[in-house]
Amino acid sequence: MYDKTVRRRRAVLALLVVSSLILLTAYFGESAGGGLHSVQRGIMSVVAPIQEGASRALKPVRDLFGWVGDTLDAKGDLEKAEKDRDAWQKRAIASEDALRQNRHLRQLLDLDTTLGLDQYQPVTSRVIGKSPTVWYQTLDIDKGTSAGVHAGMPVIATDGSGDGTGLIGRVDFVARNAAKVRLITDSKVAVSARVLKNDVFGVVAPKVGDPEDLVLKYTTRDDFVRPKDVIVTTGTTSARGDIQSPFPPGIPIGQVTRVDEEQTDAQEVHLKPFVDLRRVEFVQVLTRRVNGNRE
Amino acid sequence: MTPITPQFVLRLCALGVFIVLIQVAAVSQVQIFGTNADLLPLCVGAVGLLCGSMTGAVFGFGVGLFADTALVQTMGLSSLVYVAAGYVAGRLRELRDPQAAIVPMVVGALSTAIATLGFGLMNFMLGIDAPVSFLLLRQILATIILNALIALPVYALVRRWLLPALPEDPRRRRRRAYTTGGLSPLSRA
Repeated sequence: MYDKTVRRRRAVLALLVVSSLILLTAYFGESAGGGLHSVQRGIMSVVAPIQEGASRALKPVRDLFGWVGDTLDAKGDLEKAEKDRDAWQKRAIASEDALRQNRHLRQLLDLDTTLGLDQYQPVTSRVIGKSPTVWYQTLDIDKGTSAGVHAGMPVIATDGSGDGTGLIGRVDFVARNAAKVRLITDSKVAVSARVLKNDVFGVVAPKVGDPEDLVLKYTTRDDFVRPKDVIVTTGTTSARGDIQSPFPPGIPIGQVTRVDEEQTDAQEVHLKPFVDLRRVEFVQVLTRRVNGNRE
Repeated sequence: MTPITPQFVLRLCALGVFIVLIQVAAVSQVQIFGTNADLLPLCVGAVGLLCGSMTGAVFGFGVGLFADTALVQTMGLSSLVYVAAGYVAGRLRELRDPQAAIVPMVVGALSTAIATLGFGLMNFMLGIDAPVSFLLLRQILATIILNALIALPVYALVRRWLLPALPEDPRRRRRRAYTTGGLSPLSRA
């Protein structure tokens, strides 16, 4: 019984294979007008209307799958477009950043040329950290003793805006490859300064908590100061050799914004620093003291 | 071996015609993941798995012949390939009788692989100019994967269609008796 079944199965299989091969051979052997081709044409003419009907009936199904496929394709396109956009955005940001850095460095260079700071051997440094508080008291820079930076050295900077260049503080703490700069807005910093146009002297001290506001102290009722007057460092004024200002003379600090209780002994001159301390990216540390910082 | 009854033959014929029409009118026009599903090898494999090697081979031959005729292809080519697919699927059932739920998927992938690679081989042997490129191999692989993914529902539909004409499966009968309140073989012992 088993043998019979096996034989039968093999016979059927052989028959089917042989039939297929005969069909193949015959199909290849005959011309386009041959019997098999005629059968195909006949079947096709019968099946074609059914096929057309089925095609129409199944169009919604096709459309549904097509919609799904298109949606998936569109999603793929969207992802690609988003990746492209992100890549371009990164490049644009990098370009913008490079432009801004270039502008800052150019302005620092201009500052060196204009104020004749080359003689102080400025060391350009990048800001690598800022005080996280709103007080903006300190900055961290990436140059330290290995670059000749030492505590007490004055620091100038530019904020990238047109006239945002000037003194921002002094080096407070130095490591081998980094330093901390205490800003002029810190209460521990006081800078002897003068009004550029009429040599009114005083000391610039911070209005703590507001980096936009400094105060020129110790002016008298006879000192005539007006808004928009420029305040610069005085440098060393004492004749004594042991009392020297850490700041060279003539470095811009800020511009007078208002004068409270004008022409009185309690006169208070407010000034705005030239440098927006929140936007500083590069600074220059003046590493050499020339002539005891005297004019 | 599955007993041949008129109802069974009719259902197989209807299934063959329906599947070819569906394939031509709808499925072959829908692209999924850059390729088309091919219901014919799936259907042939499913019939082979359900009904055995001889029925599978005959059904494959018939479906192939109808497809070649209706689509005006080289006659005998699809028949030969689908005979192999149906026969292999049927022999798998006869020799191993696998019961895992994933079997239809494996058989679907196997049938599709036999069909696509068989077509390629036959075309190559017949001298039909079809360059074997990476793109073609990728297309074949994509079709096999896609067919494997849809093999389970296709198998379920084919099984549902043929079930009234199939003899009752002793395994199915035993399971039904047990799950519908019949005594457990253990309790009977």
